[in-house]
Order: sequence, then C-alpha cells, then structure tokens
Amino acid sequence: MNTPISTKSTAVQEVPAFHGSSLELRNLTMAYGDIEVLRNVSLTVAPGTTTCIIGPSGSGKSTLLRGINRLHEPKSGDVLLAGDTILGTNPDTLRTRIGMVFQHFNLFPDHTAEENVALALWAVKGMPKAQAMAKARQRLAEVGLAERADHRPRDLSGGQQQRVAIARALAMEPEVMLFDEATSALDPELVKGVLNLMAGLGRRGMTMLVVTHEMGFARKVADQVVFMDEGEVVEAGTPTQLFDNPRSERLQRFLSEVL
Amino acid sequence: MDWLNTIIRTFFDFGAMAEVLPQLLAVGLLNTLIISIAATVLGTVLGMAVAVMGISPSKWLRVPARIYTDLFRGLPAILTILLIGQGFARLSQSVFGPSPYPLGIIALSLIASAYIGEIFRAGILSVDKGQGEACRALGMSYAKSMALVVVPQGVRRVLPALVNQFIAIVKDSSLVYFLGLLVSERELFRVGQDAAVLSGNLSPLVAAGLFYLVITVPLTHLVNHFDNKFRTGRRRAAPPTSGLQEVKELDAASPLTAGSNT
Repeated sequence: MNTPISTKSTAVQEVPAFHGSSLELRNLTMAYGDIEVLRNVSLTVAPGTTTCIIGPSGSGKSTLLRGINRLHEPKSGDVLLAGDTILGTNPDTLRTRIGMVFQHFNLFPDHTAEENVALALWAVKGMPKAQAMAKARQRLAEVGLAERADHRPRDLSGGQQQRVAIARALAMEPEVMLFDEATSALDPELVKGVLNLMAGLGRRGMTMLVVTHEMGFARKVADQVVFMDEGEVVEAGTPTQLFDNPRSERLQRFLSEVL
Repeated sequence: MDWLNTIIRTFFDFGAMAEVLPQLLAVGLLNTLIISIAATVLGTVLGMAVAVMGISPSKWLRVPARIYTDLFRGLPAILTILLIGQGFARLSQSVFGPSPYPLGIIALSLIASAYIGEIFRAGILSVDKGQGEACRALGMSYAKSMALVVVPQGVRRVLPALVNQFIAIVKDSSLVYFLGLLVSERELFRVGQDAAVLSGNLSPLVAAGLFYLVITVPLTHLVNHFDNKFRTGRRRAAPPTSGLQEVKELDAASPLTAGSNT
C-alpha cells in the first residue's frame, strides 16, 4: 500500500509513524427521521490504508462518515473499530479515537491557530495547558504553519485554515481520520497542498476515509475507491478497477461526466 | 419672558437642586447602584441558566424555561415587584430582616433574567452548527463544547443587546420604591420625589434624572463601541499576497508533505 519514497526518505523518517486501526461497516443503515439516507452499506478498511468515497451530492457520503464517529446515530447495522463495535460505547471516548476534518474547516474563530489545536488536548485529554500549547505548535509546524501559530482563522487563507483543522484532529492521535470534502471550499491553487498533506498521512500509516470530488487524488492515493449513489455502495475496488474498468452503468455514466 | 422664568423656577431651581444633592449622592445614587448592579449580576446568572435550559435537547428543561420566560416577560414589572415584594414579605423578614430591599432586587433580577435569557438564547443559536460539531468530533462532551466554544461566541455577539438590558435594569430599579423603603434605602427617584414634594418644585427630580443619565448614557456609548468593534471585525490589515507564497510555504514546510504523489 505504501508508495516507495526514494529521495526524501530521511525527512519522512523524522516524523513518527501513525498506528491506524482497521474499520469495518456491516450493513450500516442511517436515517433522518423516516427517510433512510444510507442503506445496508458494508465496507472493510484495512489498517493504514486510504479509502476514497466518491459519488454525486446527496448520495450519503457525508452521512456515512458521520455514522462512523456517531455525530449521527446509525439506525441499524454495525461499525467495528479495531475489531470492536463502536455502538454501545461512550460516543465522546469513541470520538477521541477518530479525527474528522470538515469541508468548512469549523475552526474556532475566537481562538488562535495554536489554541484551536490545543483546546481538546487540555479540555478532553487533561493535558497541562503549557504542554498542550507546545504540542499544538509542534503539530502546526508539521503542516507548515509554525509561523502562523498566533493567527486567528480569519487571518489565514482557506488552505491554511484547513491545515490547522488537520493539525487539530491529528493532535488527538486518532486511529482513523475522516475527511468530509476537505478541499471543496479551497482556492484551486491551494487544493494540491492540502491533498499532498493528506497523502502524506496515508503513507505514514494513518487509516483514512476520504469523501472527495478530486478524482486525481482518489486514483493516485487510494488503496480502495468506493462509488456511492442513492445511499448505497454501487461499486468498490481498487482505483484501477473503478476508474479504468467500471462495471456498473451508473459509475460509467458518473465518470464520463466528471473526468 | 415670564414663561421662561416659570420653567427655570420649576425645573432648574439650582438652589433646590444643591440642597438635595448630598442626599442624591450619598443615599440615592448609592442605592440605585447597589440595586442595579445586584439585579444585573443575579439576572445575568439566572438568564444564562434559563438560556441553556431553553436550548437543551431535553423537554424537561426546555418547557420550564419557556414558561418562566413567558411569565416574567409578559407581566408588567410593577405587578411582579409588588407580588413578590409583598407576597414573600414574611418569608423575607425571617431571612433578610424587615427591609423589602432584597425582595425588590430579587423581583428585578427575575424580570431581567427572562429578557437576558432570551438574548443569550438568540446569541447561542446564531453560532454556526459546525462549531459544536467540531467540538463533539474532537471528543468534547455537550457541556464542554457549550461552555468552552459555543456560549462564549454567542455571548460576544449579543453584547450590545445585553447592555441595553442593563440600562433597562437601572431605570426599572426606581420601581422598587413601591415596596416602601426606609429613609436610608431610598434610591435616586424616591430621594428626588421626596424633595420635590417638600419644596413644591420639580428641580430635585430633574437632578435625579441627571444622575440616571450619568449612569445610562455611558452605557449606551459602550453599546455603540461594541457594535462597531464586532461589526467591522478585527482582521489584520495585510498587503495583497500571491497564492504562490502559500504553495511555497507548503513545499518548503513539512516532512508530512514530502515525496508527494499527486
């Protein structure tokens, strides 16, 4: 799964590796009121791999992510994190193990970049504040924002804000990262930087579920691509299988529109 | 210019004003400030409780908060003050002594908390839902995400409305005189009125009015200050930048992005 890295391997080794956990969805069904927006989705994500979820808007991609960290409670089915069911556990504890990055960043506007990253470290993990701030600066440095640790979100570009959001999620040392259209709200010029950052996480062993419209990213970085439509998984497989030999008519149609 | 003289004698008799000035300062202003500040603090604390109950996911907290707000916001202030001030007089006597002063403060606080609760509630609800979600996604409990992120943002947005409510409390503090206060407990209005009755001249009341303005006008300007500050925002001024700068920042920056394969 890992891309061999030749020229810059020393730099990569300086950063500690992640220990991503496996994730498995079994017949996951989710509903808003009476309307089922996700039907019987089953999916296996091996530890340290990247799964990209593609598909049209309203196909249930975001809902799927929100079921995994229980921001929205599943109606039926099961989700297994590192082999154990997540249902029936304390959702707050579960969410410390699963990082999430949102389309609109959702940074805290009255906090500086480092305060954004440090907040959950002391408020949830009980780390002393000075230590939390030090760790926050370290995480920000890893995403290229050491210089801007004291900036508030409104003084940062979209790309910088999203990198702060990624640093904020990583600081909690999650076992799985969920990306919900993380680059959809960014300047075109800044998309690549954030995608590279995400690809780097994957190479270092993070388990990632990435909802994205960036087909180039899905093709190059994903170990598994899942195509969803109308709340169901239409097709899943390796990028080569899905992009070069789409079997279903629906996916063929989708790809002919977006590529 | 007879009418002018009449006006000056009725409203601006400086002799009568000077006579009542020591009392206005030592008794009236002091008591008005004590009542207003106590009612503001109590009303703000109660109001925050009512607001948090009002947005709670639980019906058992939401409905009582709703009824409380409708009740104290819907009744005339003077009626609430009289009902509480006289209705609980005996109970209050055993706790605070014979003075109706504490009951007046409590009645004012209850009224204020209904309004302040609605102000806070509106502010908290105006905060983007993504803020709470980001907190929850990081593993924060509902209580912590409210206390540390959502409520502070909501409160900051409604500061102007809140200060307006504080001004209303200062003015309403004059209603406490209906409960019958001891001479030393009189607030600005009562001191001015007593002197006006004695001297047969409205100038002491005008003087009392000036004192109210001394308190409320600076508060009004505080509102405008907040309003300007929060409407224009606090974005740092920066020269126009090239997107390339950020692209470079990323390329140079991090081991994380090194060896990218996109």
